Amino acid sequence: MNSSDENLISLEELAVYYRSSRGFFSGSVAVKAVDGVSLDIRKGETLGLVGESGCGKSTLGRAILRLTEPTSGRVFFRGKELTGLSKSQMRAARRDLQMIFQDPYASLNPRMTVAQIVGEPIRTFGLANDSVKDRVHDLMETVGLSRAFSQRYPHEFSGGQRQRIGIARALAVEPEFIVADEPISALDVSIQAQVMNLLERLKREKGLTYLFISHDLRAIRHLSDRVAVMYLGRIVELGDAGDVYADPLMPYTRALISAVPVPDPIEEGRRERIILRGDVPSPINPPSGCHFHTRCQYAIPECSQITPALVEIKPRHEAACIRISPSNPDIAENAARNLGAIGI
Amino acid sequence: MDDNATLLSVENLKTYFATEDGVVKAVDDVSFQLRRGETLGIVGESGSGKSITNLSVMRLIPAPPGEIAGGTITFDGNDLLAMSEEGIRAVRGKRIAMIFQDPMTSLNPFLKISKQLGEVTRLHLGHTRAQARAHAIEMLRTVGIPDAESRIDSYPHEFSGGMRQRVMIAMALSCDPELLIADEPTTALDVTIQAQILELIKDLKARLGTSVILITHDLGVVAGMADRIIVMYAGKIFEQATTSELFSAPANPYTKGLLRSVPDPAHEKGEPLYQIPGLPPDPLRLGPGCPFADRCDRAEDICRSEFPPFVEVAPGHSSLCHFAGEVYEGSKSANISQ
Repeated sequence: MNSSDENLISLEELAVYYRSSRGFFSGSVAVKAVDGVSLDIRKGETLGLVGESGCGKSTLGRAILRLTEPTSGRVFFRGKELTGLSKSQMRAARRDLQMIFQDPYASLNPRMTVAQIVGEPIRTFGLANDSVKDRVHDLMETVGLSRAFSQRYPHEFSGGQRQRIGIARALAVEPEFIVADEPISALDVSIQAQVMNLLERLKREKGLTYLFISHDLRAIRHLSDRVAVMYLGRIVELGDAGDVYADPLMPYTRALISAVPVPDPIEEGRRERIILRGDVPSPINPPSGCHFHTRCQYAIPECSQITPALVEIKPRHEAACIRISPSNPDIAENAARNLGAIGI
Repeated sequence: MDDNATLLSVENLKTYFATEDGVVKAVDDVSFQLRRGETLGIVGESGSGKSITNLSVMRLIPAPPGEIAGGTITFDGNDLLAMSEEGIRAVRGKRIAMIFQDPMTSLNPFLKISKQLGEVTRLHLGHTRAQARAHAIEMLRTVGIPDAESRIDSYPHEFSGGMRQRVMIAMALSCDPELLIADEPTTALDVTIQAQILELIKDLKARLGTSVILITHDLGVVAGMADRIIVMYAGKIFEQATTSELFSAPANPYTKGLLRSVPDPAHEKGEPLYQIPGLPPDPLRLGPGCPFADRCDRAEDICRSEFPPFVEVAPGHSSLCHFAGEVYEGSKSANISQ
């Protein structure tokens, strides 16, 4: 465990439940979008948060910034608890904590010029020593937009350029921590590389810390120092990106990584793909025990009864699976060994 | 019958759209062939013309503002562009079927699946109500929908995204078409569901012998699926090759750039990604030269002034580039030295 002063963000049992009305008379049920997540994000790292749609990864990102109010649990930023702050205190704290969204068009006011969009947070926080205009021009150039465009409106830009505007706005307040929620998913392939490189350069130049949320496993691998895998509201695997990709421990992570198509026909022809049965179950009524047991080829009866904790299986590499342990980290081997024991 | 016989032949296709600001040449002089049993991948970014090419084959271009301004499309010896509206309707859905990114573009939200699947075979195959229902259940089983007998009376919204995609594939395949056009069939799906659907298309193709055109922006998807690949940019075919050639020895700077800009999970972190600079060109303001010239790291003066030739660098491998031969040789030697 790292000392806490290295952690920029710490989450303790963070939970976000939504009320979902099921029917007219049956009342409402709780959807556990985020279900008790404890996680540290270290200063200067990019933590990649990966999972399929509906797993709660965006809700988790928003809950850290309290854009969605957590139901329970605590969020710490540099050791200071954010979850206890009043609304106005939280607004002030957001100077250090910014967000970049998937669809920059939906998050940019169509009636404001780029200069107004990027300048607004500078004015709100009273940050500009010199003129706001100069600061806006600097920011535009930092993200690779010509300052000549500052009087244009969002619709006059392409998707990639709009994402740059969104990034410039996030940078305007000189934050320490940025939640980037699917920032490249809506972009064309050739533009995705541009935005990924921009995010990397900014991190290096400004010493930023990112939570990079994506369903794109290739982008996560490329940008992240550590990776957290989320399934139905819970973190099921966490480790250094290289370890998680080269040696995934959880059966879900294995299937996820094996499902990524590789742009190499020889590799594609050679590799063994784990095809999962069925869909991601509904978060309204998730399977008991380990949420993944309904799709897991290694599941045993206990998997539907015991909720597995995230434990360190290998150094700096944690997984939530009752069928693996530090002494027996390979689930396929364990399953082969235990076939007789569990009577299959 | 010759297994390699050409099923579909597109020659010099031009599909234009009239806009307030001028004519957009969405597809401009595109030619390709598809052999029986083959999977052809068409790769491109948004606006490249990959979808419009295939909507033209299906004669689904809305006119106006669209217009097939030139060229021929021959399917199994028949000129599709010369066919009557009635004639093309008999081909569409029966001999050529199409699936889309969003299944709800093909499924009616107000009708039960049984009705929607049954309609197709009653129309094209002359099934009775009972035959159509039995066939529909069979098709749902074929695409891997569990509990098909009871699920057949569900409405589209009662299925998950991946299952809806399966229903659409079942509908597309219900008349045993010779050609399946799949336009970004997995783009909206999660990666584990994408793997299921791609596996399903591969499996059905092997069992039914259907020819497939797979349209995608994802080079990873075509790498594992396609026999041959066409790369489109700004309404033109930029490169055409077998899958192994395209990936091992790309002969066009755009293809090369695309391949290099995809992060490879097998490789180490650290190096910045190769990035193609700039933006795709405005289709209303294309100059006389190569539409990629402004973004190309190999471009010279001639690229901006003269339209490039479509050069055959090896049998079955062509590239739209003034320096196609040189780029091809460069890719080949880089590959050997690796």
